[in-house]
Amino acid sequence: MSSATATHDGGSASAAGSSEAPNYLNHQKTIRSWLLTLDHKRIGVLYAVTLATVFLIAGLLAIAVRLELFMPGETIMSNDAYNQTFTMHGIMMVFLFIVPSIPAILGNFVLPMQLGAKDVAFPRLNLASWYVYMIGGALVVTALLVGSVDTGWTFYTPYSSSGSMSVLYMTLAIFIAGFSSIFTGINFIVTIHKMRAPGLTWNRLPLFVWGLYATSIVMVLATPVIGITMILLFLERLLQIGIFDPALGGDPILFQHFFWFYSHPAVYIMILPAFGIISELMTAFSRQRIFGYKAIALSSVAIALLGFLVWGHHMFVSGQSAISGIVFSLITYLIGIPSGIKIFNWVATMYKGSVWLQTPMLYALSFLFLFTIGGLTGIMVGVLAVDVHLHDTYYVVGHFHYVMMGGTVIALLGGMHYWWPKITGKMYNETLGKIGAILIFIGFNATFFPQLILGARGMPRRYATYVEEFTFLHQVSTISSLVLAAGLFLVLGYMVHSLFWGEKATSNPWGAATLEWTMATSPPDPHNFTRTPIVTRGPYDFHLADEVFGPRHVGDGAGDGATSEPALPRETEST
Amino acid sequence: MATQTQETQDVQAHGDGHGHHERLQHHFLSLDQQFGSAKLGMWLFLVTELLLFSGMFVAFAVYLQWYPEAFAVGAEALDWRMGLANTIVLLASSLTVALSIHFIQKGNTKAMITSLSATLGLAVVFLVIKYFEYTDKFANGIFPGEAFNPTGSYAFLDVPNAVQYFSIYYVMTGIHAVHVIVGMGLFAWLIYRALRNHFSPEWYTPVELGGLYWHFVDLIWIFLFPLLYLI
Repeated sequence: MSSATATHDGGSASAAGSSEAPNYLNHQKTIRSWLLTLDHKRIGVLYAVTLATVFLIAGLLAIAVRLELFMPGETIMSNDAYNQTFTMHGIMMVFLFIVPSIPAILGNFVLPMQLGAKDVAFPRLNLASWYVYMIGGALVVTALLVGSVDTGWTFYTPYSSSGSMSVLYMTLAIFIAGFSSIFTGINFIVTIHKMRAPGLTWNRLPLFVWGLYATSIVMVLATPVIGITMILLFLERLLQIGIFDPALGGDPILFQHFFWFYSHPAVYIMILPAFGIISELMTAFSRQRIFGYKAIALSSVAIALLGFLVWGHHMFVSGQSAISGIVFSLITYLIGIPSGIKIFNWVATMYKGSVWLQTPMLYALSFLFLFTIGGLTGIMVGVLAVDVHLHDTYYVVGHFHYVMMGGTVIALLGGMHYWWPKITGKMYNETLGKIGAILIFIGFNATFFPQLILGARGMPRRYATYVEEFTFLHQVSTISSLVLAAGLFLVLGYMVHSLFWGEKATSNPWGAATLEWTMATSPPDPHNFTRTPIVTRGPYDFHLADEVFGPRHVGDGAGDGATSEPALPRETEST
Repeated sequence: MATQTQETQDVQAHGDGHGHHERLQHHFLSLDQQFGSAKLGMWLFLVTELLLFSGMFVAFAVYLQWYPEAFAVGAEALDWRMGLANTIVLLASSLTVALSIHFIQKGNTKAMITSLSATLGLAVVFLVIKYFEYTDKFANGIFPGEAFNPTGSYAFLDVPNAVQYFSIYYVMTGIHAVHVIVGMGLFAWLIYRALRNHFSPEWYTPVELGGLYWHFVDLIWIFLFPLLYLI
């Protein structure tokens, strides 16, 4: 695949000998140059390290939850500790991990490169978003240390407005972390509108860009609403202002409306960039142009907009009127249409392509399978009558883990493997990669499918104990969650290993045709490109991608994806 | 300052001193592109601000519907003359901030500084009037939340759910006042930069963005005034 030169050099920094051009990782080396960096690529790396840490902590909390549920009754922790554990798991995973995950890591790194730009429109705002996120994260940790938040991640009033005072830290944390989201959203929208390379028309945007565009719209429109909700909840807890607390004349249902007006669209903040990644993977590893480019691009935007009209489906049993329940249920079905369009287009992209089963593609195929289950179970809980039975059961827990983890996290893993050579300049171990992907797929299904069955049979969510007859399925779920964890640790292990001892990556190991692969070295130049890209074709026009496959009719290298290093003319920057 | 570091880096990145405007950041091709991006970004930020306030407007609408009598009594307790005075003050400040942009476009830095200072002054007047309104209420036991205990000339507010009206009143006007204070900091910073001759007809992005922000703060008040004082 590549000419491995430096295999035992003991560190990524020393990999760049004096003979190589400096790249974004080694052109400045101090800690200060990282903490004050305005380079979107470095900010992406900062986010990657931070979010991996959060994912690890929140994941260990999930394991603790599963261990407690290994047997009925008290297993490893008290009921109070259990309530706090699942609350922290939920809050950290939702607000501190999944919402920022793909946009902040891969979006930051890849978006400007796919646009042929030197950076995002507002580099300082981009760095600020990371610091704001860190402040939010620090407050969450404070809340964890000073007190006990056991409200669940949804903070329903009046429980949250009359319980522990540490809810104050938590609401503040989410308010502040929201700004991180808003900054990223504003930055991406402006970047996509204003920073595209010459010739990069809207119809030539890679689909990951379209996914991020739709995501950013939701970030900008939904996040302020959780902001004001958290301010009001903060004041309610602090001063008892009587907006949400029924004992004071307030309306707890209003809180739920506010909360879900953000938190349902937030689901699309999580999944839309994942759709973008899957589109990239499907086309790159099928050696095919994408099927239905416009349909995929516009269905993302359609989901982003429809996503604002369905929040009431979380409140079917909360006391909203029957007519609004019916309307929300109907609009919820509509979301199935653009989601289905995507699934069918991805499958059609593989049809008659030459599918190359590398690790990223395995994740893409997992995604198809898991997201389909997640989506269909979602439609089932969107049915009014069925939801009355399934509401607040493990069915819902299983459903949203299929979407959030089976969708977003699997896509993130696929994307991380796909762009890993570009980000680090190193190849991970392909065999271990495949083993990891398969372990995660099996572990995931065996963890969460039993939860769907448990829920359908009546196991309520958020309980530390259960009746005897659920024991077997809970034990299957717990043991499988350890398999899933083992798979994730394996990924972490070989990824870190590859940083030091991995083969050097070529600039385009997958033979993809978007700008970050065709025009930039691995890892890229500090300014991304050594000359301004001029775009003359679509992102998936492999038949026109001479710079990837060599001039046509020569006959070698085309189509198998294992290309040799394309010639990258280095010119001194002239603009 | 971060700005300075950025500029130093840009100079180093290019290092050739060729014909770029000194305010052009390295990742933009032209001042036009940079200005357009900044403006689009600001508009998007204002959209998020609008949605922040919209949550409070919804809460207001819900409780107005639930407790119309309490809200009618609550509105009586507010002095519409003070509200009107503040409306006029803010409208005037919108004019001065618009003038400051007009002046810098014409290259008249001195007039721009004068009108920015006038804007800052009017923002102070707004907060002073707001201060008298708040302290008058506090003195008579009108607090948000459980401390709500109207006395003296406001004893007539001792009706069920009047507290909801004042909770919303304090949250909405309070968050609006925070925006006014942020705006004052912004204008002080703009005046400081203008005094150091940072702005020119080719480059006055911060003034433009500050103006957009201030118009928004003004606009929110235009809705708050009739809703809280007049209805």
